Formats: sequence, structure tokens, C-alpha cells
Amino acid sequence: MNGPYVPVVGLEVHAQLLTASKMFCGCSSRYSGAPPDTHCCAVCAGMPGALPVVNARAVELGLLTALALHCTVPRASKFDRKNYSYPDLPKGYQISQYDDPIGRGGFLDYRIGDRVIRWGITRVHLEEDTGKTTHTDVDGREVSLVDYNRSGVPLMEIVTDPEMRMPEEAREFVSALRQVLMYLGVNDGDLQAGSMRVDVNISLTGPNGERNPKVEVKNLNSLRALERSLAYEIERQGRLLAGGETVEQETRGWSEKEEKTVPQRTKEYAHDYRYFPEPDLPPLVIRQADLDRLTGTMPEMPMTRSGRFVSQYGLTPFHAQVLTRERPLADYFERAAAADRSVPPRIYANWITGDLMRLLGEEQRAAEEIPIPPENLAELLSLIETGEISGSAGKQVLDEMFTSGQAAHAIVERRQLRQVADSAALDTLTDEVLAANPGMVDQYRKGKTNVIQALVGQAMKSSQGRANPQVVRDLLERKLN
Amino acid sequence: MPISRHELEHLCRLAHIALDESEMVDMLGQISTVVDHVSRLQSVDTEGIEPTAYAVPIDSVVRDDDTELSWPTEAVLTNAPRRYGDFFEVQSIFE
Amino acid sequence: MIDLTSLTLSGARGLLDRREISSVELTQAHLDRIDRLEPQLNAYIRVTGDIALAQAVRADEAMRRGEAGELAGIPMALKDILSTVGVPTTCGSRILENYVPQYNATVVDRLAASGAVVLGKTNMDEFAMGSSNENSAFGPVHNPWCLERVPGGSSGGSATAVASSEAVYALGTDTGGSIRQPAALTGTVGLKPTYGRVSRYGLVAFASSLDQIGPITRTVADAAAVLGVIAGPDPRDSTALNAPVPDYSAALTGDIRGLRVGIPREYFGDGLDSEVRVVVERAIEVLQSLGARAVPISLPSSEHALSTYYVISPAEAMANLARYDGVRYGLSLPGDDIWSMYALTREAGFGAEVKRRIILGTYVLSAGYYDAYYRKAQQVRTLVRRDFDAAFGEVDVIVGPTTPTPAFPIGAKVDDPLQMYLNDVYTVPINMAGITAVSVPAGLASGLPVGVQIIGRALDEETILRVGDAFERETGHNLLRPPMTAEVSA
Ligand SMILES: [Mg+2]
Ligand SMILES: [Zn+2]
Repeated sequence: MNGPYVPVVGLEVHAQLLTASKMFCGCSSRYSGAPPDTHCCAVCAGMPGALPVVNARAVELGLLTALALHCTVPRASKFDRKNYSYPDLPKGYQISQYDDPIGRGGFLDYRIGDRVIRWGITRVHLEEDTGKTTHTDVDGREVSLVDYNRSGVPLMEIVTDPEMRMPEEAREFVSALRQVLMYLGVNDGDLQAGSMRVDVNISLTGPNGERNPKVEVKNLNSLRALERSLAYEIERQGRLLAGGETVEQETRGWSEKEEKTVPQRTKEYAHDYRYFPEPDLPPLVIRQADLDRLTGTMPEMPMTRSGRFVSQYGLTPFHAQVLTRERPLADYFERAAAADRSVPPRIYANWITGDLMRLLGEEQRAAEEIPIPPENLAELLSLIETGEISGSAGKQVLDEMFTSGQAAHAIVERRQLRQVADSAALDTLTDEVLAANPGMVDQYRKGKTNVIQALVGQAMKSSQGRANPQVVRDLLERKLN
Repeated sequence: MPISRHELEHLCRLAHIALDESEMVDMLGQISTVVDHVSRLQSVDTEGIEPTAYAVPIDSVVRDDDTELSWPTEAVLTNAPRRYGDFFEVQSIFE
Repeated sequence: MIDLTSLTLSGARGLLDRREISSVELTQAHLDRIDRLEPQLNAYIRVTGDIALAQAVRADEAMRRGEAGELAGIPMALKDILSTVGVPTTCGSRILENYVPQYNATVVDRLAASGAVVLGKTNMDEFAMGSSNENSAFGPVHNPWCLERVPGGSSGGSATAVASSEAVYALGTDTGGSIRQPAALTGTVGLKPTYGRVSRYGLVAFASSLDQIGPITRTVADAAAVLGVIAGPDPRDSTALNAPVPDYSAALTGDIRGLRVGIPREYFGDGLDSEVRVVVERAIEVLQSLGARAVPISLPSSEHALSTYYVISPAEAMANLARYDGVRYGLSLPGDDIWSMYALTREAGFGAEVKRRIILGTYVLSAGYYDAYYRKAQQVRTLVRRDFDAAFGEVDVIVGPTTPTPAFPIGAKVDDPLQMYLNDVYTVPINMAGITAVSVPAGLASGLPVGVQIIGRALDEETILRVGDAFERETGHNLLRPPMTAEVSA
């Protein structure tokens, strides 16, 4: 721990919503990589006289999140203007939600090892993203360049309760929240690219319960940066307080290079957001029927699903967690397992978390891009289970299925991988193996019976994996004894 | 209720308006007079009265999540006082 | 030979439809008149003669093909706060002097679809903040009835252009009276539609919960015709009402027998000029003579409406005008850094009244004052609305003066904002309640026009237009023209 001080941490997470169009206009919200100012119109570039119109899908995605985070959703919500000046904010105010957010008072349960932690959610609200400002040098002049492509992209802000938390707990919370948002299909979870952004508020509570000023840390674009910056701040603030100094209430940034937080140059010299209801947007009335419909579309959340994988399929907790980390992978597992129930679920889990994930990793492909239909995987595993092909042949088949997209039986036929169980052929094969390895035969007869394994391996090798290892083993044992 | 000089300076900073000395003096007097006038509202009994934020009683006006063509970049930038390529250029944000 | 600039919209419509005149002739006659009168009036910020004549040519062709809309070929003027693609839209402000919109306001598109000919963009109080048109960066507008007097504001240019026959009709905007007050002061008809009746898309915002676009015309029938074209739902304006547009012209039956006319006690108090009172009382007698029944009513909260207005409108304006920062469009003065660029740009770009309102709006919303001012004003706004709801339970329309006085001399109130603000005392409550009202010429007081205001229920433009039309037919006050007009056309 941190001497007599306990860290109190609050998180603000901004997540871009996966809509086709922007929050208040029809411009495409898929701006990533586009040349500057190519995704703009009168509305999102803040032209005089333009008016916003709310994207229904953005509201749905916000509500879906609020429901998934167990928030209370009000019967009516509204938008407000948050007034501040910055060149990337084209209207001079951000349309946001102030006192009637779409969700309040929820929580998220997440797991660290065997511990289940519940972190309170203060609120979930909708707003619009700003443009992007780059500070640079043009012909020796220090200037800022503004691109409004991102301006008006739908954004959801999730604010947690300030709680006594350690850096690891904050990291795992964000990891779990990210997983939930990706499960819901509301956000792509890309911290690096900034489509999910985390700001941290941290203060230390002293030995007598006294609260010290809080520091906000921004620009945390990885889970690691989040954890490290918190650890750094706990240490820094603790050292200041222990030395009889005070902590200054300020905004700091995380410097990846220096591995520390540094004071941020101030954005604006006067703060007072002067919120008031956005007169251009009538209030939103949220109907129970809409909430029921959304609840009906809500996917099972990762932690619940992981628990079910253990109880329903008999998977190990480890496999269950790996499989449920991403929704497409978990879906894949369940579809494969359902395709052929004669193969035990743990076999699917083994192959998916093992060889299949290895192949994905090698190809740097995402789980939704698995080129093997789940039914084809089921067919392959069934061929192995019934002994038609060996496990090692199965690995070769899987590799080829991954690259060629062909079905398992086609590859098995073409490459003649079906196991040889015919005893005449195996009789010859085992004789050859014994003849070629007199040393091992000798060792076996002197009592080192586990060399049988190596002999089986030799037989498998010379049969190119097609021999049935159990039959081979039986034959070898009989001949040696 | 007169507004103090200090308060007015703060308001000017928030509103990004620079006033010269004589404007400042005029503004102090005029704003104070108007604030004084509108302060009469304080005498109105509004206990339990809902605020009206919208002129018409409609709600939940939304559009489908369909995309429309954005403007040509030239149209977005044509009025820009300063530009650098297809970026808007502004003076550095930092002193 | 008829004077083409004396034509009303319906008069011109008939001549055009019968091919007795062409749109090009009609347009040219108005451009000539603008040339002659503008040095004295300054009603236009920009005259777009070439565009107007090109539109007139197209309108003549469309009429020949029999495809013309209701407004086809008739020259009109737009308040310079309505966004016009390719034509500068200044809002009467230095800060937007060189701003050229890349899109049209919805009303501009609707006019174009109907074949309207746009003569130019009219002068106005900067960002529609004012009641005298003295707050324009492009100089004051002079009242055609008396050049030393103001025409009212903020749509003073539009009202003056119509009153002096520099346009057949014009569009203005009304946030606290900015259509009705200048209409009253120039002897024209000015209609503020129900909030949401006309799309605000492309109207450069002043106070978004109050702004509304409407016509200024020389007859009520013309106002009905123009409203019919510009009204209706718009997917680009979330506050535009999704209600069908009635045939307003068909509502002008001339029959107001049995109609209950509310006479609000509060509109005839101390602040009302005695001559104006006489004119308005006479107007009420005329309505009674036509079979309407006068019913005394009370609008007790209306005395607070003005205070409410001067909290809510500056607050909204403060935010709406934050975008003029020298980054994307408009004036931009370099400073040491971006913050000084903002301040220098806005200091040089905005006039005194705009700065006053921005500061006021900043004040009433700033930390610690929100509840005392903004929230309180919103609550009183509720009371103002309830007054009208209650009144309309008993009466069909409400009638009173549009303004407390006729046109006052230029310069008389520029240094006294509060006195200036009192001009809108009878018009502001209507905006607060989001309902509709029309100002109709009611005669003269000491040679200056006086308007009578007819107030209606939300979306009941038909009834107030019917009353105004009946009044106009009976009295012919709208036919009085400014003396200078006669001189010029002689
Ligand atoms: Mg935010
Ligand atoms: Zn856009």
C-alpha cells in the first residue's frame, strides 16, 4: 500500500459510437485515415444557421450501454450546450448532456483472478466529438492545424464513481468495460486510435480520512499507460503529502517517453461551462417499449457468458475466459460446438484456444475473420474423435483449411490422411521400426518400457501420421514382449 | 445590483471580448442597469412552476442513421481566413 | 401605364399570369427604384441585380411553360440573416462582412422552388439585436415616412424595402418583435408565425428558442400567400412542426362575425403613447363593427415577459455567437496567440449592442447565477404561456398595439438600452409563448404609421390572417403610402 494514504480513483471514459453517420448530421462517422475536412457539412463544421438533428441509432447505442451497466434510464432526457472555446469545437459549444443524462447510478462487475469487483457508474451521457487539432511548425511559425472530420462523431461518456482503487483494479475495470462495449457493438475498443479514451481523476485520502486535491490525468492511450500513470501519481502525491507539501489540483498528461505524468499546458484560461438546455433539440422521451426492445437485443455479457461456459460445457475457467474475451470467438465456439454434439465441448475449446488462435495470431487476423466455418471445424474434430484421422494429421488439415478454406474431408481424401488401421500394413510398418531401432528395443527389454512412446512416434512419422497410434502401440508391445 | 469591474473583466474573458477603457466604463453602467431591470423577476412567485426550455411541446425528434454526402472540401474551407493545405490554420494555442 | 412598383403580390400575380407584364420588366422596375431610393433609405446591404434578372428570365420561361409556382417572377428581398449560397450573408455585422455561405436556408430553397426573384439582402440590426436598425455595421436604415426616424428593427431593411416599394414583399425574422415592430413603424403587414411553423434551417441564429422567419408585405393576403410557400416541416430543423400547411389564402373570408376578440388590460397601460392608444382603440371598434365581440382579458405575467426575454435571449445568443472566432469564416485579426486572436477579432467584429448582449448572456448563465436568472426566467416563461393558454380558453384572438410609440428619431435611444428594449414590450410575450401574431397597419399618428397586433393560438395563423384581412378591407389603412414614395413615383 501507500503509507497512510489511500488512492481514490474516478474514471471518465469517452467512447465513439459505431454508427454510420455522425451524431447530428449525415456525414459519415468513419473518418479514420481520410484527408482533412472531407467528412464535413454545414452542421458539423459549425456554419452559421445550420441545425442539429439527433441520430436515432446513437441514442439506442447509448441506451443499450446504460442498460448493460445497470443504470437507471430516465423517462425523459435532453441535450444541453456546454460552452467553451477551442478551435476544434466549431460552434463554440459542445452539444452534450448535463442534468438529464440517458443513464445514472449503475455498476460494472469485473473479475481479477477469483475476486469479483463492483465499480459504481455515476452516469452515461451522449455528446459530440470535437475536431482534431495538431500543433506544428509551418515555415518557422508555431501554428495549430484543425481538421473537422471527427467533429460531430457520436460520443458516449461514461463516468465512474470515485472509489478507493489500486492501479491494477482501474486497469482491469477499463479492460472489462472495453469488453462490454465491444460485446454490445457500441464501440471498437481501440484505445490506441482514440476511439475509446480514458481520463483519470486521482486523489489521496489521508490517515484521518481527509481528502486531498485531485489531479486529472489525460491522454492515456493504453491499459498500460493507465496503470502506470496511476501508480506514478499515487507515488508522487504520497511523496508530496508525506513531505508536508500539498498536491496541486491540476490536469496532467502521461508521457510515454519519460514514464511519468507531466503538467499539461492549459487549454483555456477561464472555465465556466454555462450549461443550458439545447434549444435546437426537443427533449427525448424514452419509452418503456423501446427499452424492452433494446433489452431483447442485448447480448449476454462476457462475465456471465464465461460462467455459463464452465457450467454448461464443462470448460475450465481458463478456457472459458479466453473464449469469452471477444464476442466473435465465443460465438464461434458455440456455433462449432452446436454443429456436432458428439465431440466433447472441451475438445472444441482446446482446438480453438490452441491451434486456431495460433493461426489467427500468425496471420494477425481478428476473431471475426476466422476463415473456417464453424461447421467445418466440427467436421474436422469429429474425424479425429472417431479415429478416422490422427490428431497430428488433424493439425495439418486445420492449417490447410485455414489457408485454402476447403472442407476437412476434401483435404483428408486428397492427401490420403485417413488412418491406417489395417493390421497387415501396420504389421510390416512396426517390423520395420523395430528393425531400424535396435538400441531402443534393447532398452525396452532391459525394463525402460517408456521408450515405447518414441517407437510409436517413429511409426507415426514413417506413416506420415496416418497410422492409428493405439493400434501401433498394441502391435509394438505384443512384438516386444 | 451593480456589476463590479472585476466581474465584468471575468465575463469578458469568458466571452472572449476585449474592451477598451471607455467601452468598459459604458458597459459597466449599461449592463448594471439591465441586470437591475431583469432582477425584478426575483419578485415573481414561481414556486413549483416548471421551467419552459422549449417553445413548442414536441419531443424525440430523431433521424435514421443514414449517411449523406459531405461537402466538397473546398466548400468547407472556402471562407477560411487562413489555411494550410486542407487544414484550417490558427495561431498556436500555447503562449 | 401602371406603376409596376405599386403592385401587391396578388396584383403582380394576376398581371404576370395574364402575360400583361413580364417578370423581367417587373424586376427591372424594382431595381430602378432601388437605385433611386437607396441613397436615402439604405434598406439593402447588397442588391443582387444580375441574379434577380437571371431569375426573372427563368421565371418568365417557366410561366410560359405553365410550370410556375405561386411566387414565380415576383421580386422580393431577404433579410441578410438568411443563408444564401454564393451571396454574402452578413447579419449586419462586420464580423461576417465577407462570409459567403455554401448552402441555402430552407426558406430560400422554398422560395426558389416557387420561382421567386431575389432582389437582394436587406439591412438589419446586427445579428437581429435591436429595435431601430441603428445597430447595423452597414449604417442605419431610414424610415420612408420620415427619413430622420428609425424604421424599427431588427428587420428594418425588409420593412422599409416593402414600405417604399423597393420590393413587393420581404422576409424578416422575429425573435422578440423584429418583424412586427418594424412593420408597425413603416405601415406594412408583418407576420410572426408560430414557433416551428417555418423552418429555421439556414437562419443565422440569434435566440434559437424564439427566432422565427416570416413575411413582411403590403397586404394581409400577400402575407398569407408567402406563408403558404415557406411554411411546413423540414427534416433539417428538429423544432419545425410536423403539421400540414393549410390554404391560408382560403381562410381570408372577410367574415369575422361572432369572433371573440380579447383586449388585454396590460397592453393599454402607462407606457402606451396616447395617440397610439386612440388608433388601436379605433381599430378595435372597427372589428366590433364587423361583428366581432370584444372581451376584456388579462395577461398578468406579460409585465415580466420583457425581463424574461432579456435573460433568455442573451443567454442563447452568447452561445450562438461563440462560433465567430476567426477560425473558419469571417473576420480574423491576428494576435499573439489564439486567445488574443479570439478577443481582438470579436472586439473589432461585433458592435456595442451585440457585445452587451453577449456579456449579459454570459452573466446570467455563469456559475452561481443560473438559478437566479436563467432558471427563474424559464419559470416565468411558463407563466407567460399559461396566461395565453387561459386567455385562449375564452377568446379566439387577442388584439392590442404592436408598439408603445410610433417611429422615434434616429439616435434618440442608442445610449439607453433599457428604453430601446421597451419597444418590444407588447411583442415579446408572443415569442415567449411560441404563438403567432400579425401586425397590420391601423392608421397614422402625427403622420407616422401605427400597427395593431392580432395575436392567435399556436398554429392558428388562419384566424389572425382572417381578422387582419377583414380589418384591412374595411379600413384600407394598408393602402397609405409614405409621402416620399409618391414623390419618387410621380
Ligand atoms: Mg465529455
Ligand atoms: Zn456533417
